[in-house]
This record gives sequence, C-alpha cells and structure tokens, in this order.
Amino acid sequence: MPDALGAALLIARKDLAIEFRTRTAFFSAVVFALLGIVIFFFAWDPTAVAAVDLAPGVLWVIFTFSGLLGLHRSFGVELADRAIDGLLGAPIPRESIYLGKAMANLVFVIAVQVIAIPAIALFYDMPLGGRVLALAGIALLAAIGLVAVGTLFAAMAVNTRLGELLLPMLSLPFFVPIVIPAAQATARLFAGRPVAESMGWLKILLAYDIVFVAACMMAFPHTIEE
Amino acid sequence: MSDATTAAIEADALVRAFGARRAVDGVTFTLRKGECLALFGPNGAGKTTLLRVLAGLLRPTAGWARIAGTNLPGGAAARRRIGFISHASMLYGPLTARENVELAARLFGVCEPRAAAARALGEMHLMPRADAPVRALSRGMQQRVSIARAMVHEPSVVLLDEPFTGLDATGAAALSDSLATLRRSGAALVLVTHNLEEGLALATHAAIMSRGRFARFEERHTLDAASYASSYRTLVAHDA
Amino acid sequence: MTDLTVSHGQDGSATARVAEPTFGWLFVVAVLGVIATYIRAIYFTPLEALQGPAQKIYYVHPTSAAVAFMAFGVVALTSIGYLWMKDMRLDRLAESAAEVGVVFTTVTLITGSLWGKPVWGTWWTWDARLTLTLFLWFIYVGYLILRGAIEDHGMRARYSAVLGILGALLIPFIHLSVYLFRTLHPMPIIFKPSRPSLPNDMLETFLLALGSFTLLFIALLRARYRLATDEAALEAEEGP
Repeated sequence: MPDALGAALLIARKDLAIEFRTRTAFFSAVVFALLGIVIFFFAWDPTAVAAVDLAPGVLWVIFTFSGLLGLHRSFGVELADRAIDGLLGAPIPRESIYLGKAMANLVFVIAVQVIAIPAIALFYDMPLGGRVLALAGIALLAAIGLVAVGTLFAAMAVNTRLGELLLPMLSLPFFVPIVIPAAQATARLFAGRPVAESMGWLKILLAYDIVFVAACMMAFPHTIEE
Repeated sequence: MSDATTAAIEADALVRAFGARRAVDGVTFTLRKGECLALFGPNGAGKTTLLRVLAGLLRPTAGWARIAGTNLPGGAAARRRIGFISHASMLYGPLTARENVELAARLFGVCEPRAAAARALGEMHLMPRADAPVRALSRGMQQRVSIARAMVHEPSVVLLDEPFTGLDATGAAALSDSLATLRRSGAALVLVTHNLEEGLALATHAAIMSRGRFARFEERHTLDAASYASSYRTLVAHDA
Repeated sequence: MTDLTVSHGQDGSATARVAEPTFGWLFVVAVLGVIATYIRAIYFTPLEALQGPAQKIYYVHPTSAAVAFMAFGVVALTSIGYLWMKDMRLDRLAESAAEVGVVFTTVTLITGSLWGKPVWGTWWTWDARLTLTLFLWFIYVGYLILRGAIEDHGMRARYSAVLGILGALLIPFIHLSVYLFRTLHPMPIIFKPSRPSLPNDMLETFLLALGSFTLLFIALLRARYRLATDEAALEAEEGP
C-alpha cells in the first residue's frame, strides 16, 4: 500500500495531469486575474491615489478571487463520473485525498500568481526589484492558508444544492485574516520599510496556515464519510 | 489457498437509512470464498445501497457487515480486498484508459502497477485503445475500462452493479471470463442485475430484493430457472 | 399558550397529547427581566455625563454581543459533540443556537450603529470589534445558508458541524487582524481584573441586563430546539 504522502502525491499528480490536459480552468483564472487588475485600475481616481498605493490591495483581492476560480474545479472532476468513489474505495487514508487535492490546488494558485503578480507590477508601476523574494514568501504563506480552507469548502460546496455559488460565501470570511496581513505586509514592503516591521503580520499568516491546515485535514474525512 | 469455511462476505440484520427512509432494511446473508450471489430486484429495492455498504462507501445504520472478518466500513486493509463496479464509471475523462487503471493500481499498492494495468486492460481487450482519453471512448468501452480499473488489484471480493449494461458481445464474454477466473482463485462475487438469465448463469446463490429486504435467498442448484422467473415477475408487478 | 395537537405514533394510530408550550415560563421570566432592565435603565439609572442618553445602549449592545458569543460557543461545542457522537439532537441544538446567535448579532450591529451616530458621528465605522461582529454575522448566516442547501440530514449535520468548528477557530484570527488594522472602540471597563470602574448604579443595571438577556437566550434556544425536534419528528412520520 502506498504511504499517506505517496498517495497524496499520486492524487496531486493526477489532478495536475488533468488540468494540464484541459487547461480550461487555468486560462480562465489567468484571464480573470488580468481583467480584474485592469478593471480595478479604473475604480479609483488616479490623480487622487497613486497606482502604486493601490497595488497591494488589488493584488490580494485578485489573488483571492482567482484562487476561488481554481478551487471550483477541484471536486467537479471527482464527481463527474463518481471518480471520488474510486479514491474512497482505495486503501489510502482519507487525509491523503485532502492533501493531494490541496497540493494540486496550491500549484494551481501559485501558477496563476506567477503571471498575475508581475502583471500587477507592470500595470501599477510597482518596483519589484529586490523585493521579489519577500513578496513570493508572503504569497506562499497566503496561498497555503487559502488553499487549505478552500479545498475543504470546495469538497463541501460541490455536494450542496447551491453548488459552486456556496464556495465564495463560505470561504470569503475565512480569507479575511489572509488578505489583511498579506496586504499590510506587502504595503510595508513597497513603502521600503524593513521586513522586521511586518513580522507581526507574517506571524499571523503562519499561525493561520498551521491552524487551518491541521483543522481542515482533520475535518475532511467528516465531509466524505457517508 | 481457499478455505471453504471462511466467510468472504457476511451481513447480519444490516440496515442503511437515509433520513427516515430505510433503503436497506435488515439484510442477512453469508457468502463464502468462490461463491457468487446474483441479486435481483426492481428499481429502488435497495440493491445499489447494499452494494455501496458492502464496498465500504456507506456506513451501516444498524446491524453489521463483514468482509473477510473485518467489520465495515473497515480500514485500508478491508478496502484493499474489494473491487467495486458501479453505475458510474469512476474514471477521469481527460486521462487515458491506461492512466486511469495505472492510478488505481498504484493507489491499491499493486507491486508492478504498469504490468498489472497492462494485464487488466488486456483481459478486457482494451490494449488497442489503451492510450485514448476515456472520454473519447464509447460507453461500452468505458464500461470495460471501469471493469479493468476494479480488477487491477485482484480483489478477493468483487461487487458489481449492472456490469453487463452497455457491454457488447466481446465485452460481455471478457467480463464473464474474468469473473470465472476470479472465482476459481477464491474471490466472492455479488452481482446486481435485472437480467435473470445472465445472473443465474454465473451464480451459486440467488436473491430477490424488495423494499430493502431479501424476499428470497436460495442456493442456485435448488432453483428452477423458469419458475424463478415467474416468481420474480409476480414480485416486481406486486411491488410496482 | 398550551394547545392540543394530534400526533401519529409509530403504528400510525392517532394519539392525542398535550403539546409542550413553545415558549413557556422561562420565556415569560426572561421577558419580564428584560422589561425590568429597561425600566431600571431608563428611569432609575443616572445619565452618563459625556454621552447622555446614548449611553443607555450600553444595556443592550454589549449584552447582546455577549449572548451572541455564548450562542456561537454553543454551536462550536455541539458541533464537536456531533462529529464525535453523531447524535442528531446535538445537530438540532447547534442549528438552534446558530439562529438565535444570528438574531443577537443583528441586534448588536443595529444597536452599535445607533450608538455610533450620536457618539462617533457616523452610522458605521471600521472599528475592530464592530468589524469582527459583522464577520461573525457573515460566518453564521453562511452557516444557516449551508444548512438550507443540503437535503440529506446526515450530510447536513456533518457539514454544518465542520463549519461550526472552523468558524469558532476563525474568530480569534479575524479579531487579531482587524484589531491590529485599526481600533476606535472604547476599551472594556467591566471585565477588568481590578474593581470595575463603572458607577455602582450603572453596573447593577448592566448586570441585570446581562442576566435577563442570558435568560432570554436560553428561553429562545429552548423554544427553537423544540421546534427543530418537532420538525424532525414530523418528517420522520411523513417519510422523505
């Protein structure tokens, strides 16, 4: 029998192979992110607020919404021909299914951000310069929390009468403690403040990741055991 | 290797309710290794629910069921023994037949997943289409891939929900061969079907399910096919 | 308040029973307590020097917030209990507490807004605790919508229990991040470790308010729980 992590990797690889072959969700998420970036620009008066001041806020709002778009697809593919029954019938721990789906979603969210973040830097005249690594760190911490909660809620939403409509409604309150610290840390980063000043925010993100990865992994088996 | 006295599948006063509705309502039976139960019954009689409980996908509401001595829903050890073919194909459309079967082999911890997948696909005469995406295959072909997926880990308990539906003559013959081979190697089978002839041809035991219960349960050799058929029809008509 | 209903037993026979009153004496006591609180607050408690009559909100706003927190605490505990013991009564209690909690959260938001206008000069401000209350409202309205979107009782109970637990885990994180973001709210002056700094008259009125609101919470929770129990019984009689 494969070990728990091995099984999770098999499932993640399977999900990514499917996404790579169809690519529909990825392209729609990327186009959605780019559209959002452009439209947000016109929501503010550029003479009153400098574009670079908007950038951190826009970045994390776009991040959240394009992430949601990827999460929708995650369990649709399992339910289409009840492939999820194949996973549930396999001799692997339930947690591996969650972990595998979450890992694939994490790759998806990061792949969208790899395009969206430079696009924001370009359109909003944000000097990435030497801040790329720090920004990538914040994005990774934020993405882990978003995917941890989003994967669980996607598994639940897909089985309800409201389906995908329910996912943003359930998830968005949970993204508040991700968006606020991430946006604050990013703003400080681009204001040229030392990283030490953002440590408080980063610690909240880290604590959120630890608590919710653990809690969601423990909760997941309850959402599929019938 | 087969110890004829060990029960492969046991159920005792098994109940599975959805809310207030008892889809399976007190089913008791025992099946030993190498035996095959053909399960007949009208739509909504609870056949599919019973199979899903035996597959470990649904938790019993009351009573119990065991696979090779392990109470269901058992852990990984119990699930590894089970092969389940349901109405739905349980396949990923964008992946090829080979990828689907290989994934199952790996998840079930089969030693040489590539070879096992190739063998299972070969048994279902799928090799020529093995590298086509599943969603490009016909319904019957998909059904064969689904069967290969369920058999790749050589399960000792095989649960089949209408497996012949949608299969052409080649597929049906391949499935019959596979089931016979499995039984010789000591596997126990539960076969849900509407087709009495098909079911009785393969079975050692037969049951008619109605409103969540076994209305009849006998050994195959005690039955006369013609009178069984008329009794089944009476029961279905009465139920409807 | 006592009425006679006819219910059907398991055997389908009609049996008359005297229904428990939906609200009952506890509710009466709680309402009397709330009325007494207001009489005391309006006529017998001195005006606060700076805020004037607006300060009277003090006997509704923090008390309903406290009760809302109590309610969501009940949701979290019964949710954990449900996943552990799978007892439908815990699920019904969680549902009832969530509904009552949403009502008290709504009262908290409205009274906070009413108080904010004369004192802060605006109906709404992104004060940390007001924002937290708003998100509490969103989480538990989401909880109720989730419940409404699932037919199967077992699934509804499991899903909402998961959300009930995660919601409770989320509260400290939202609190921390909105608190660090910005805060304007008056600091707590009741629950300080040293002597409360509120004048005795006001303190007594406040405690009376807290007591009567808590009684009101328990009475409403009990009434809502009875309703949930009756609903479940009715559904069980009528079938799915």
